[in-house]
Amino acid sequence: MLRFAVRRILLMIPVLFGLSVLLFLWLRALPGDPARALLGEKATDEAIARINAQYGFDQPLLQQYLTYTGQLLRGDFGISPRTGEPVVETFLLRFPATVELAVAALLFAVALGIPLGYLAAKRAGGVLDTLTVSASLVGVVIPVFVLAYLLKVVFAVGLPGLEFLAVLPSSGRQTVTINATHVTNFYVLDGLLTGELDAAWDAILHLILPAIALGSIPLAIVVRMTRASVLDVVHEDYIRTAKAKGLPPGLISRRHVLRNALLPVVTIIGLQTGALLAGAVLTEGVFAFNGIGSYLFEAISNLDYAVLQGFIVFIALIYAVVNLVVDLLYGLIDPRLRTR
Amino acid sequence: MTRRPPLLEIDDLSVTFRRRNSVTRAVDGVSYTVAPGEIVGVVGESGSGKSVTVLALMGLLPRRGVEVTGRVRYNGKDLLSLSEGAMAKLRGPEIAMVFQDPISSLNPVVPIGVQVAEVLLAHTRTNKSAAMAESVELLRRCGIPDPERRLKEYPHQLSGGMRQRALIAMALACKPKLLICDEPTTALDVTIQAQVLELLKELVTDAGTAMIMITHDLGVVAGLCDQVNVMYSGRIVEAAPRTELFGHPRHRYTHGLLASIPRLDAPRGEPLHPIPGTPRDTIAWSKACAFAPRCVHATDECVRPDIGLAALPDSPADHPVRCVHPAEVSHG
Repeated sequence: MLRFAVRRILLMIPVLFGLSVLLFLWLRALPGDPARALLGEKATDEAIARINAQYGFDQPLLQQYLTYTGQLLRGDFGISPRTGEPVVETFLLRFPATVELAVAALLFAVALGIPLGYLAAKRAGGVLDTLTVSASLVGVVIPVFVLAYLLKVVFAVGLPGLEFLAVLPSSGRQTVTINATHVTNFYVLDGLLTGELDAAWDAILHLILPAIALGSIPLAIVVRMTRASVLDVVHEDYIRTAKAKGLPPGLISRRHVLRNALLPVVTIIGLQTGALLAGAVLTEGVFAFNGIGSYLFEAISNLDYAVLQGFIVFIALIYAVVNLVVDLLYGLIDPRLRTR
Repeated sequence: MTRRPPLLEIDDLSVTFRRRNSVTRAVDGVSYTVAPGEIVGVVGESGSGKSVTVLALMGLLPRRGVEVTGRVRYNGKDLLSLSEGAMAKLRGPEIAMVFQDPISSLNPVVPIGVQVAEVLLAHTRTNKSAAMAESVELLRRCGIPDPERRLKEYPHQLSGGMRQRALIAMALACKPKLLICDEPTTALDVTIQAQVLELLKELVTDAGTAMIMITHDLGVVAGLCDQVNVMYSGRIVEAAPRTELFGHPRHRYTHGLLASIPRLDAPRGEPLHPIPGTPRDTIAWSKACAFAPRCVHATDECVRPDIGLAALPDSPADHPVRCVHPAEVSHG
């Protein structure tokens, strides 16, 4: 198991290296001039030359790449020409927001999706099954921002006649007047660490609507995956063996059906985690939730190389780590993968 | 031989599978009994309904699209009318089952020990550590070397023979009164087959367990069973005590099965004697003898409805046959 983990971690190195090369070339190939994007249409040639010299944009590509990787290896992601702030600093401020949101969305999707998928499979063809399957289809089809606005209007802003439903905050990560202490920038965690439980609760309330909006697609995917997988497993011979042993139905479900059925679901959850962490641009936008999604969006519109490079490498790292965790988890659930 | 009052009595059992556009009668009025401690063989080709019969009495057939009629009495209880919960209580301590394919019949992600111990935990008053200790003993009795280590291993780490031994250990864990074996040796190497059969025979004889041995292999029946039922296309076509059946097979299908076994003492180059056709070349029993299309002795007389399973004038009463032109009694 340990050797498996080490090998997987070592394998990440060439992957990340290849990615940094690709990324660097891709960004440089984007149309537009970063200095001009920064200074505006009316900037003088001297001003542009000065910016180019300052950030090394005038040097040969190879030189630029070497400088960039050198900095990267030292943990220096550079300074954003646009804001003048070190990329790492902004990242440490914004990334916790995204993580909080992604974890909440994932919790919503998994805690609801696995039981729903399981029940749908158990009553395949029944009312619950039909409802779940069609609802999950709708969940995948509805664009996230439509759902996000809908949730916001009904549960935060309030529809005429239905104002009693509008009990949740409409935007932000925390009510400003609460004046909470921030240690890690994970607001829920901060509230718990500092004992400011009202701040933690307030942060949780702020998370509910964005998490539901963001979690709707993963939820639909988890439901369908669980359902299909359970339907496969219940026809396996070992389920018949378990029944022939006269085991109680609850034990058969947990130990024999779910443990096998969840294997493919774990993979899907892993992929979804990566996608959620990589930024929920639209959801963060609708709820003014200042995570990396919205920051990345600004960076792209402004050709902010330093931010883009830094963030994308970081996101790739997250993907790689999540994949690693999924693989290790897989080894934990499926003994057949351990002994190889 | 006087037969004791039966432990299991299958009476006119039929199983019909209804799919969207087809109706298949897999078991068609099957009756047989199993006395306490008796070993009963059920022989037939794939699709003859021998497995479906026992799955039906165990309540292990899917509920949807399956129609089971008839009566199955076990120790005075009507199994077919029992609730799922009451049936689950019988499975394990009363009737247990060993399946054909040991790799797919074991849960791949649960250690062997847990899969054995869970039977004990479900049916007896015991705790986890006692159940584990008993599982070690069970595995040892079933001929698994180093059972303490095997307990923690997963099915894929065991050989085919070991897996089947583990399945047998699970089935015998709660000392059932009836053990049903559904082709337990089909997926195994020939040398292992003999070992597993020997083990089964030893275990059931020691404990006085009754057994239904389902197989397509007459060799298995010859070395093991007291009583043999031969099935074809959902019905029993011949039933007799083992020595009677092997000595004087009367049904043309049984005859064909025995003749198709290659003999070592046959002259070299002598052709084998297969039964022509496949089990799919069949007619509904309600119209004619289902074996008639493959039978070299079939005549127009065979095309008549409901040929009964009846004792023949020149055979013992406990040897009924369902055939219009039974084979002559062999002398010698």
